[in-house]
Parts: sequence; C-alpha cells; structure tokens
Amino acid sequence: MTEHEQFAEDLALYALNVLEGEDRVQIEKHLATCSTCRVELEHLRGDGALLALSTVGPRPPQRARQRLLDSVAKEAAPALAQKTRQAGAPITVGARRSWWGVLGWAATAAILVFAASLWKENAALRQDVSTLRSLFGQQTVELEQARNVASAITNPGGERFTLVAVKAPPQPQGKAFYLRNRSNLVFVANNMPALPPQKAYELWLIPAQGAPIPAGVFKPDAHGSATVVNPPLPAGAEAKAFAITVENEAGATAPTMPIIMMGTGE
Amino acid sequence: MRSGDQSALAELYDRYSSVVYAVALRVLGDSGAAEDVLQEVFLQLWRNPGAFDAARGSLGAWLAVITRNRSIDALRRRRPETDIEDVIVSVAPDLAAAADRSRAAEKVRGVLGSMPVPQRTALEMAYFEGMSHSEIASKTGEPLGTIKTRIRSGLLALRKAFQGG
Repeated sequence: MTEHEQFAEDLALYALNVLEGEDRVQIEKHLATCSTCRVELEHLRGDGALLALSTVGPRPPQRARQRLLDSVAKEAAPALAQKTRQAGAPITVGARRSWWGVLGWAATAAILVFAASLWKENAALRQDVSTLRSLFGQQTVELEQARNVASAITNPGGERFTLVAVKAPPQPQGKAFYLRNRSNLVFVANNMPALPPQKAYELWLIPAQGAPIPAGVFKPDAHGSATVVNPPLPAGAEAKAFAITVENEAGATAPTMPIIMMGTGE
Repeated sequence: MRSGDQSALAELYDRYSSVVYAVALRVLGDSGAAEDVLQEVFLQLWRNPGAFDAARGSLGAWLAVITRNRSIDALRRRRPETDIEDVIVSVAPDLAAAADRSRAAEKVRGVLGSMPVPQRTALEMAYFEGMSHSEIASKTGEPLGTIKTRIRSGLLALRKAFQGG
C-alpha cells in the first residue's frame, strides 16, 4: 500500500475537520511534504462543498442584510473619515439637488447616458471609485450618485413604469425607473401642464399593500419637463404602480384626489 | 471588494446569503444561531477579502465550506480550528450563477438519494453534525474502518457525478 492510499481515508476525514488525535497529527505531517495530497485535500473539501450547496432552506430574515451593512459601515467609517481629513475636502451630502438644478434638461439626458455606460464597466469602475474615494471627496459623491441613477435605469432587475394621462390629450408622459433593492428611483416627465402658483405635482409609489408612499414633489419647467431623482423611500418597498396628484407646494403625506396620471410595471 | 467597497459586499450578500444561511441552519437547527453565523461569515469576508483566492475556484463553494466549518465549531462549542486563509476548495462545476448552483444541488440530491442509506447517513453525520468516525461508529455500531471507507467513497461519489460532463 502506497503512502497516499494509506492516508486516503484519513484525508477525507481531515477535509471534513473530523479527524482527531494521533491520526490528525500524522496526516498534517504528511501534508506538509506532499503536494499531491494537498491538492486532493482541496478536491475533498470541494466534494463536501457540493454536499453543503445541496441544502435547501428558508431565506435569511430581511433584517440580517441591514444588520450586516450597519456593522460594516461602523468598521469602514473610521478609515474613511481619516482619509477625507487627509484629503482636506469635506463631503457635502446636500450637493445632490444643486447638481441637478445647475444642469439644463438636455445636459441631464446626456449625463444619464454617460452614467449608464460607466456602470457597465463594472470591475474597472469599482476600482476607480475606490481610488477616487480616497483622493477626491465631493467628486466621488457625485460619481456614486450618477451610478445610482444609472443603475435604476440599466439594471435588469429594475422596474419601469410609464405613466399616461387618465383623460384626453395633450399627452403628458412620465417614466419611472425603480430599482427596489437599492431604493433608487429616477422619474422623468414631459408635457406636464403648468400649475397655478403654490401648487406642485407629487409622485406616489403605490405598494402592493398599504397606503401610497410619497416619492417626491416636482414642478415642471417652462417646457413642461420635470425630474425626480432618488427621493427618500422606505427600503425594499414593492411598487405595484406609480401615480401623480396635484398638491400644495409643500407636498402631502396622503394623495389628494383625483389621480391625474398613473402607470403599472412593464 | 479588495478596497472595501460596501456596495460590492451588499451584492455578494444578495447572491450568497441564502446558501450561507441554509447551511448554517441545517447544521445548527436554530435560526438565531444561523443568523449569527451568517453575519460572521460575511464580516470575515469584508475584513479579509484576500482570504478567498478567486483564481482557485468558486466563491459559493468556499463560502459553503467556511460556513459549515464555523457552524460545526459553534455546534460543538469549540474555537475555530482553521484560519479561513488556509482553506482552499476545488470544485469541478462552475457555480457562479444561481441557475448552475441550483442544477448542481439537484444532482447532488439525486446522488444522495441513490446512495446506500448507511453510507448516506455516515456522510451526513460527519458533514452536518461534525461527528468523528469513532463517534459515528459508536452510534451506528459499525466498525471504524467501515465508517472511514463510507465517508470517503461518499465524497468521491459526489465528485464523480460532476465528472465527464
């Protein structure tokens, strides 16, 4: 019997971490000098992995995901704060709205297309983002936001809603791009009639169950166009439809009838 | 991931958390304990992404093994025996896509179903309960040598199912 055959069965037990005592000491000594057995050990672990992967079970509780991300954020924060202090540039969270406001409508569309092509360069982009993150504060925040915007539009998991006027033409039109697992929402509208002063349109996410969720207040520009980008939304809200109502400028917490535009998922 | 990108971790979580949780729950039988192992495995990966060598194989298989080992350690109340850096796992099938993992799982369940019951039992006791061959031998009344042989041939039978295309 060759040495390998002698160790073959013990190697299988060792791969499963259930070999004990003197047997274990012996095989560890052997492994230190035998690459053939080390390779076989990897394959035996793989065989065990196949057994593990065949397990069926319920999904983990929803809260586990956020719990993980919270723990990770706590761990990442000190290093990141240190790096931004070193870079000397403060990160301003409120930059998002002013960034959109500065650009006109046409430039906005170009940015969306550009952001979508950035997103496709997945691995390279991540590397770039993390390099940028440590060097450039403000610009990195904006790049991240462009990615979020693009992901709502281009991710195959994202949902699309086209809203059309409930009554006859002229034809206001809206499109909502929603990526549920990241709560990214981009809404663009055209041909929206002008509103009287002190009134605004409000977008609503209509969940499968429960009350409509406010998803942003907007006023059309002179061309009747408007956008809503990443309004705060409850995590993972499932959208059956989106709808628009007319509200006071400050917005409302519940929709005021009538619903003037509505669309379900495509 | 190597530079600690949180959204990359979130994507890996979305892809593999079901596998990790299912394995932990199978071993521990307790959802709270399984959730703790789930957190621990992903936190370990976050802190030490270099522990998994992407050139050497499937992340799903690696995570399954790490999870099973940590769960057995928790079940048997002992300190982790191996550093995750030392664990290299080689599987034949490509398990990157969920559909491939699903097909592989079906195949494995088929192999287990057609395995002689004493062999399947020995394999599952060792794998999901972390029992040593002497513990299994005591429990089943079978000789030590027989148990050792069953476990090894059981693993090889799984491997064989994925060879030759």
